[in-house]
Amino acid sequence: MSDQAKLIDIYIMGRHCRVPAGLTILTALEYAGYRIVRGCGCRAGFCGACATVYNFRNDPQLRFDLACQKAVEPDMCLVQLPFFPATRAGYALENLAPVNGTLAELYPDIVKCFGCNTCTKACPQELEVMWFMSDALRGDIKAVAEKSFDCVMCGLCAARCPQGLAPYNVALLARRLYGRYLAPASRQLDRRIEEIARGDFDAALEELKKASPDELKQRYAERDVEPAHDQTWE
Amino acid sequence: MYPPDLEENLRLVEATRPGRLKRHIPRLNAEQKQELLRSYHPDYKADTMRSLKLGPNKGDATPVELADLLEGASRLDPDTLNLADPDYDVDVLVIGCGGAGASAALLAQENGASVLVTTKLRLGDANTVGAQAGTQAADRPEDSPATHYLDTMGGGHFDNIPELVEVLVKDAPSVIRWLEKLGVNWDKAPDGTLFELSGGGTSKRRLHSARDYTGLEEMRVLRDELRNRKIETLEFMPAIELLLDDAGRAAGAVLLNLETEELIVVRAGAVVLATGGIGRLHLQGFPTTNHYGATADGLVLAYRAGARLIFIDTMQYHPTGAVYPLQILGQLVTEKVRTLGAQLVNNQGEEFINHLEPRDIVASAIIRECGERRSGLTTPSGEAGVWLDSPMIDIIRGAGTVARELPAMVRQYRRYNIDISKEPILVYPTLHYQNGGIQIDTDGATTVPGLYAAGECTGGVHGRNRLIGNSTLDIFVFGRRAGTAAAAYALGNPRAVPGLAHVRHWLEETRGAGLNGDRPLSPRLLPSYTRQTHAYSRLK
Repeated sequence: MSDQAKLIDIYIMGRHCRVPAGLTILTALEYAGYRIVRGCGCRAGFCGACATVYNFRNDPQLRFDLACQKAVEPDMCLVQLPFFPATRAGYALENLAPVNGTLAELYPDIVKCFGCNTCTKACPQELEVMWFMSDALRGDIKAVAEKSFDCVMCGLCAARCPQGLAPYNVALLARRLYGRYLAPASRQLDRRIEEIARGDFDAALEELKKASPDELKQRYAERDVEPAHDQTWE
Repeated sequence: MYPPDLEENLRLVEATRPGRLKRHIPRLNAEQKQELLRSYHPDYKADTMRSLKLGPNKGDATPVELADLLEGASRLDPDTLNLADPDYDVDVLVIGCGGAGASAALLAQENGASVLVTTKLRLGDANTVGAQAGTQAADRPEDSPATHYLDTMGGGHFDNIPELVEVLVKDAPSVIRWLEKLGVNWDKAPDGTLFELSGGGTSKRRLHSARDYTGLEEMRVLRDELRNRKIETLEFMPAIELLLDDAGRAAGAVLLNLETEELIVVRAGAVVLATGGIGRLHLQGFPTTNHYGATADGLVLAYRAGARLIFIDTMQYHPTGAVYPLQILGQLVTEKVRTLGAQLVNNQGEEFINHLEPRDIVASAIIRECGERRSGLTTPSGEAGVWLDSPMIDIIRGAGTVARELPAMVRQYRRYNIDISKEPILVYPTLHYQNGGIQIDTDGATTVPGLYAAGECTGGVHGRNRLIGNSTLDIFVFGRRAGTAAAAYALGNPRAVPGLAHVRHWLEETRGAGLNGDRPLSPRLLPSYTRQTHAYSRLK
């Protein structure tokens, strides 16, 4: 970052700092001298480690985002959320049934949701959190799985829920139930696993392993390349 | 929205698109590829390497940033630390907890071992979560493990270790099913048929995806399962040294609590290293797609304990790192964008390399385009790049494909008012993956008895260039194998008495090699991104 860049005023835990425009909240903290241990993970919007809260000097309304993705703006007031505790049910997936009542059985408190929608407003992934919580209440596992799919489990929904619910953990249970039990199984995958166990490909692999480097290079150069675009999509 | 000069160049990209949709540049032959790599790939810049002065790989060419750490100074004084009363005593210690570490921990426990997992950041903070495109497995009738083998060897320039590739391709379909039984949601048709895509260097469609959140989906399921199985996990406690017994067998590790700065001694019957990659060392000044903790710690620990490394002179530069906007510089633009049909286009609106070439080839072509050929573009902050023509995807595969298949990418660019279904993306290579690492066998065993390794910190599986979708396969195949083998080793051998003689020995050797004085402390643990100014200094 060039020192000629335009500097803007931000406030880190109350301390006034001037940082170049164009930084993210995370890189602005580092620019200001903070060596981060907690509150930083993939630095690319996938891991949820840098869930953060901010507001503005003249606007006390709290806002929520991922520090690695959100750009700093003038007069931002920043804090870091190092950790937030949330309810998580323990279970053995193989002993659960993918039925209507399973989510409510493991997370009985979801009935306490009164639809304030604070969770949705807090979600940095812009998911419809309150709607999938109402799907969870109805026991619609598939709907929860689909609507929550892009969840990075940053925990902001749980941090903001006035009823102490943890939507991101409820959603994870729904997705795991869906993936194991409700998603249609691939019979071809099972066939291929049997074929491998039977040793159907051992001779072909052995031949390749024994091939001289030149032979292998030739087989590679001459291999049949399937067109990339012939799969039909829903 | 791009700045005006880039916006103007975009018109050219749009003008040539109809023509480009009809024809592709053919793939390069073997000689053309070699020539391109030799001339432009960062691995071939001789002045960025030096030979190691000591240790099992003495004399081997190594990136200077890594060599400095491999020859670095221990953070411990071996003579003052009391090892007699360890804080933990377990069968298997797993160091690192991305996909490989989590798999190793689950399998070690399933095989009867008591398991302790320790990790530098949070459970699951690893490169795994950033993997977007998919996981390879040859399960379609048109495909076979042998074809997967040939593709993988070719991608790795035939330097891969055949036995490792063999188990990689043979275990792959079982890994897909194992993950599904744990609750991973694969993209599939209503009849159960798995959606599978081609990738750079694959000759068949074999990439299994979960939208463009594949690694995240895999990791959040495994993390939940570790918690369900009540496997004890220490967070923010990286290992800073391995412990060995008198006979040189692995016997545990010394951990550092990053917050309290306490040292924790773990005695273990076997140790699995799953510490991941190297991107945060920013080799050659490249930005990186890697997570905050990717500082090659496992390589340093293993090397000091006497384990052999292989292929450490080869890194993967992902061809499509973001260069605009500045806020996401170096972050990954998933290869799935190319996989779905987006071509690479220069400032003349011309396609300059087949978009389905392997990563090292495409990266080299982009570097050539922006350098010698002067056909790249420049961002307002001075970064060079070329266009990745993402709007082609909806044209080829139907409106809505980008939104459905690339939600993470759409979301990332929408923040900056760029709609990637209508506007292309500016990209340049970014440091992505460590092709080499700790040498292992098919059980994940290193050259040190009782020390196992899996995932990105190992070498041999991918030769000199990894294919798309083979890393999120590697971590599960070898994580499971290493966990199983480590449990068997720990339960079948008397528990070793931990010591630090190897660290003392290392200290003597470094002195002997004339390496005293200014060596950095290693492992690095975290990168330093705070601004360096003359105005402030820090307490040590």
